[in-house]
Amino acid sequence: MSRRNRRIVAASLTALAVAGTAACSTGSSASSDGPATIDLWTHAGGNEAELGVINTIVEDFNASQDQYTVNVQDFPQDAYNDAVVAAASSDNLPCIVDVDGPNVANWAWAGYIQPLGLPDETFEGQLAGTLGKIDGEVYAYGYFDVALAMFSRQSVLDEAGVRVPTVAEPWTKDEFMDALAKIDGLGQFEHPLDLGTGGGGEWIPYAYSPFLQSFGGDLIDRSDFQSAEGAINGPEALEWAAWFRGLVESGHMAQTSGEDATADFVNGKSGLLYTGNWADTTVKEAFDDAVVLPPPDLGAGPKIGAGSWQWAMAEGCEDVEAARAYLDFAHDTKYFVEYGNAVGLIPATLDAAAEIPAYAEGGENRIYLEMADQFAVVRPETPAYPFISSVFQKATKDILAGGDAKSILDRAAADIDRDIQQNGGYTS
Amino acid sequence: MSVTSIATPTKRSVVVTVLRSVLVVFFAFPIVFMLVSSLKPDLQIFADLGSWRAFLPVGDVSFANYTGVFDRVPFARFILNSVLISGVTIALGILVNSMAAFALARLRWRGRGLVLGLVLATLIVPFETLALPLLWWVNKLPSFEADGFSLAFKQGWLDTYQVQIIPFIANAFSMYLFYQYFASIPRELDEAARMDGAGWFAIYRTVIMPLSGPAIATVAILTFLPAWNSYLWPLMVVQSEELRPVMIGLQYFFQLNTSWGQVMAYSSLITIPVVALFLAFQRSFINSIASSGVKG
Amino acid sequence: MAITQQSPTPSPSLSPPTASPRSARARRGEAGAAALMITPALALFVLFLIVPIVLAFALAFTNARLISPRPPEFIGLDNFALLFTDPVFWASVRNTFYFAVVVVPVQAGLALLLAVLVNAKVRGTRFFRTVYFLPVVTSMVVVSLLWRFMYQQDGLINKALQSVTFDRFTPVDWLNDPAWAMPAIMLMSVWQGVGFTMIIWLAGLQTIPGELYEAAELDGAGTWHQFRYITWPGLLQTRTFILVTITIAAFSLFTQINVMTQGGPLDSTTTVVYQAVRSGYQQLQTGYGSAISLVFFVLVLTVSLVQRHLTRERG
Repeated sequence: MSRRNRRIVAASLTALAVAGTAACSTGSSASSDGPATIDLWTHAGGNEAELGVINTIVEDFNASQDQYTVNVQDFPQDAYNDAVVAAASSDNLPCIVDVDGPNVANWAWAGYIQPLGLPDETFEGQLAGTLGKIDGEVYAYGYFDVALAMFSRQSVLDEAGVRVPTVAEPWTKDEFMDALAKIDGLGQFEHPLDLGTGGGGEWIPYAYSPFLQSFGGDLIDRSDFQSAEGAINGPEALEWAAWFRGLVESGHMAQTSGEDATADFVNGKSGLLYTGNWADTTVKEAFDDAVVLPPPDLGAGPKIGAGSWQWAMAEGCEDVEAARAYLDFAHDTKYFVEYGNAVGLIPATLDAAAEIPAYAEGGENRIYLEMADQFAVVRPETPAYPFISSVFQKATKDILAGGDAKSILDRAAADIDRDIQQNGGYTS
Repeated sequence: MSVTSIATPTKRSVVVTVLRSVLVVFFAFPIVFMLVSSLKPDLQIFADLGSWRAFLPVGDVSFANYTGVFDRVPFARFILNSVLISGVTIALGILVNSMAAFALARLRWRGRGLVLGLVLATLIVPFETLALPLLWWVNKLPSFEADGFSLAFKQGWLDTYQVQIIPFIANAFSMYLFYQYFASIPRELDEAARMDGAGWFAIYRTVIMPLSGPAIATVAILTFLPAWNSYLWPLMVVQSEELRPVMIGLQYFFQLNTSWGQVMAYSSLITIPVVALFLAFQRSFINSIASSGVKG
Repeated sequence: MAITQQSPTPSPSLSPPTASPRSARARRGEAGAAALMITPALALFVLFLIVPIVLAFALAFTNARLISPRPPEFIGLDNFALLFTDPVFWASVRNTFYFAVVVVPVQAGLALLLAVLVNAKVRGTRFFRTVYFLPVVTSMVVVSLLWRFMYQQDGLINKALQSVTFDRFTPVDWLNDPAWAMPAIMLMSVWQGVGFTMIIWLAGLQTIPGELYEAAELDGAGTWHQFRYITWPGLLQTRTFILVTITIAAFSLFTQINVMTQGGPLDSTTTVVYQAVRSGYQQLQTGYGSAISLVFFVLVLTVSLVQRHLTRERG
């Protein structure tokens, strides 16, 4: 081998070695002495407020004792689930993960996560939507929930001559349709209503299955979670579909609204906005006379989605004691308060709500808590949920685009039932 | 060597200039929209969306989105990772694919027609359809972990640089380009070198590769673009922040309240280096890509 | 015409295999060197391409799930039976062909026009070339996001069309109209990819000897005749190269769909690769997704064989 050939080979070996050793910089170090280290994964990457609170809790925990050290790894939200699935497939899950509410049942079924094993008293006074409970066992708890609400301006409603609804007395379906017509009559807006139809992914079942439920339908028959037949394609569901598509046909809303419905509302393109209470600050900063309204009662009472990110313990965790110690330590009212202050969403316990002025009795955000308490319906707690969600996303988009509701929903029901059957009823 | 015509040159060049300028608008306007939006607050981006203001840096213009980007993500780290990943992939890709192409194009051995056919057939496989099996598979592969100076064995390649590099080194397209190029180099050169007693490796190294600058540059560029823009794969295999490439960084900006201004700023930031690279090396870009087409 | 029969490209001197007798030892040495040089590439191919392909094939006959505590079971051809009765799958096949049939000639043709334009010796050619190439170096994810903004009903595309037609144009909700969504994605895809194809054409143009054009001019041939009888035949090999590469890229249409329409409205933009990814990841049906991938391989392989056959006949 000539000198030059040797150089080429040496160079490529070096490159391989670089690639190889760099690979190693990340393995978790499980040193024998000193505190045991466990990893914690969160979806809050890029979300400074939420990540800040998580870091505070972890630092407090690490300082509070010298047995365990928790190590935070953050992911951007859209990359998080993929990372967890990939890690689970190679038994690389960290001890503590956060999990989006509707995925709890699926991950528990798949053996990704295990019951927390904390005493029941821990969770007293916690909003139901913030607990990942399966067969009476708590698999995950969350610090906050989100409420869906309608946003408008007092001046717009007054000018249109529309009654301001309350949690005690929400708009009926007829009142709601009448309000839309009146706001449309003002001629100020491209569309009177923006339901955020430009959104995609999990937003669709989160935001629109409550309307379906308010009509009396559902994503699946919740008595045994074995069939969607009659729930997603029953007469109530067809009514929902006709109403939903009707909003587009009458010009009351866009088939696909803008990339950012809140920005469009603030910029005066719509008169009534339906979104999560994460938009609260933006809307109130823009308008002095902003009002927060409950969603309409479409027959079976107003409904909103529930279940946000929650904390869980991975099945393969090598140090369950450490993970449990952390999760117990972290379930402290002061951290619920801190979360509430930092992210502005609904604190998951009544104790914490009482300590945050905006959410305390009479506070300006109290309405979100009331709605989360009274109207919230969690997405079906079944391992089939990710599939149901995907089917419902497509069905909803197809209905909005003017497809034949009956055949779309019949097909959705058949697809869901087939998936459940193929998975042995998701029982084992 | 311009294509001349019966029409007077002036009339023709006017037509050409007008046509070219119209096309400039067509090709540049989305990019201008991106750059301009990166200077505006979120609400203004949407307010301007339906008017010509979308293309003009007017209103509340600032670099606030850029500051926000640097506050939110470890930008330098992501850039460094992408440079490292694409750099190593390019270097090893050139070596491995050119050697294989040399064996296919210049050496005679049984079965090379079959091998060439198989390599070409793999061109039609889009990565998306293989990502899942590949993910499962790289999880089974052994890897070595340096613990100080001793090597420890571990299973699985997840969360490493190597998993972002090694699967993309052997590339049928690159190999095909080298093959085409090598096949066009006169064989007499090999024979002459053989007469002088040179071995095949020496011919590859001293005769063929030095003549293949354009092919090397082409492969480098064709390897660089997908490596820099790779998104689906790192999403699946990378867990640690310190190993993430630039495209994953984009995800940090999609939150409950998506900051579109920062999305635009980040997109501009990751596009600008590639454009700068193109401007700097335009001549070799063109010449090199050029060669791949003709030798085919 | 005098120049018709000329072969304008000096074909690369591919000398025939040397007839000189070579010893068995030399041949063994040659084969040995070949084996050494091709092994790294083949090993990597087998590890990271062949193994996953075989896995995908095997998975296609099982009910494997991405997330599941149940081990995968062999279910024979069930996935395929389901697939072939699924109207959405057939829609995705139709859309994929629709996209390819339009995009391949349009992108190749527009690219040729661009190449001719920037091949003329006019001031500022470097500038134009750079601008036409800009979309190529911009990530497809970013590009798809930008165009999603611009395709909105109150977005820039409609605004521009209204300005040019003095408001006689009625705004179209591009990505929400089953008739327009696919053409909108085609336009964007051509916009993104045409710069690259232009460069390849340009290279082909630059290899055609200038003397041919000079001779043609002496014969009094016009622009069209020069293009027809010198440029076009001179680009024969470039043409095949471009045809193959754009066709493969067109069949793999995925990112644009995923970011812009998710296959909608009413399945008017769904493609085979999009269906494979949606089933495999989003719906966690790894086995079913693999079955779609397998069908896709067969589809593209058939198309490229037909293509190769056609170009061979013409060439």
